[in-house]
Amino acid sequence: MARTIVPFGPQHPVLPEPIHVTVTLEDEIITDAVPALGYVHRGLETLADIRDHVQMIQVVERVCGICSMIHAACYVQGIEKMMEVEVPRRAEYLRVIWSELHRMHSHLLWLGLYADAFGFESLFMQFWRIRERVMDVMEATAGARVIISVNVIGGVRRDLDDDQCKWILSEIEDVEKQIRQLQSTMLSDYSVKKRTVGVGVITKEQALELGAAGPCLRGSGVAQDMRMLGYGAYDDMGFEPIVENDGDCYARGAVRFRETLQAGEIIRKAIAGLPEGEIAVKVRGRPKGEVISRVEQPRGELMYYIKANGSKNLDRLRIRTPTFANIPPLTAMLPGMELADVPVIILSIDPCISCTER
Amino acid sequence: MAFMTPTVVRNFFGKPATRMYPITTREPFNNARGELYIDVKECNMCTLCARACPAQCITVDREKATWECDPFECVYCGVCVDVCGRKCLHQHDKYRAPETAKFVMHEQGEVKKKPKKEASDSA
Repeated sequence: MARTIVPFGPQHPVLPEPIHVTVTLEDEIITDAVPALGYVHRGLETLADIRDHVQMIQVVERVCGICSMIHAACYVQGIEKMMEVEVPRRAEYLRVIWSELHRMHSHLLWLGLYADAFGFESLFMQFWRIRERVMDVMEATAGARVIISVNVIGGVRRDLDDDQCKWILSEIEDVEKQIRQLQSTMLSDYSVKKRTVGVGVITKEQALELGAAGPCLRGSGVAQDMRMLGYGAYDDMGFEPIVENDGDCYARGAVRFRETLQAGEIIRKAIAGLPEGEIAVKVRGRPKGEVISRVEQPRGELMYYIKANGSKNLDRLRIRTPTFANIPPLTAMLPGMELADVPVIILSIDPCISCTER
Repeated sequence: MAFMTPTVVRNFFGKPATRMYPITTREPFNNARGELYIDVKECNMCTLCARACPAQCITVDREKATWECDPFECVYCGVCVDVCGRKCLHQHDKYRAPETAKFVMHEQGEVKKKPKKEASDSA
């Protein structure tokens, strides 16, 4: 049978960011997929030579336009570990609250884009309407919608008072109620299942071998979540990672959908247990040494390698983002599928290309 | 059909989810970080803000006592507001309105003359 090679992306109506996949087809069935990256490389890691280690907090926040707060939290966590700074407990709780708000809005964004990828336009709009509420919570509490700049070395910049906490709880309850209204559509609708069940399957062994991360790994039945390491205040939150066993697009969607609701639960627990006290400690001196900092981003495990020599600028900053880890599994998901399923499968790993290429 | 009916009815009779922007706008939240401005009379040209700014959009000239900010480079992070010792930097709660041409905000402070050192007697 004659082979056809179709270039998918970097410009494609379904892709929010540029990723290119060269898809080899036999008839309509994919036999091979080769990804190509590097369309939006910005050289943020090199900026560590020019900006000092405190200014880098604002720089690393701009690595990702969706989970920016978690990037900054991972970076300051590494610097704090290197400088042996004891962060106040209240600050750690506040970081958890904002991290989970970020996870919530990131998953809602993805659920919308995903619905758009399989052609369910109205579901996309419903999810994005709910997401606006979460963005409002962030703007009211931290001062900005996405890049909220709350982290500093030694704590956080903003505090939450009792009225704000009550307001967040009522907003989260409302948001959860609205998400639950979409649960039957997202998880049991005939059209949604028709496009996602059995599509882009990756087995547990394959996922582990190819180094999948986050919901992509948990959708294949591996209960791995960096939050279980108990960094920050996550050791007090007492939750189980959400796992689905099928390893297809539907399973990955279900993991993210359930994690959105779980994020609400964690916010509720964090606000209930919010301890009194300082929100930041003064940090003197400059970092020296090397450290690896790991946190759970909405897309999976995020890792920062930081090396410092005691001067103002860092020696080396290396960022490994979860989408980078999820690209090899993507090449394993595509073969055997139809060309029409490519957008859904690519979206199902939640590709964040600006993260990946930094 | 029975499953869809409540949603259809709600969408048909409910309020629209969007606003008629820009005719109706949402009021900004109290603590929102918007456009940067300076109360230059209070400023002592210490250059702390210029050194802390991650976007390096602030330039301070101590000799001429000028404070300049490129609002199109500013990333609204508010770090300068935090580090300012005289508390003369502030942020509005709204973003800057779109402009057709770029410019730099220029503020002239008071030039403070250095007190002249008196020649010591022992010399």
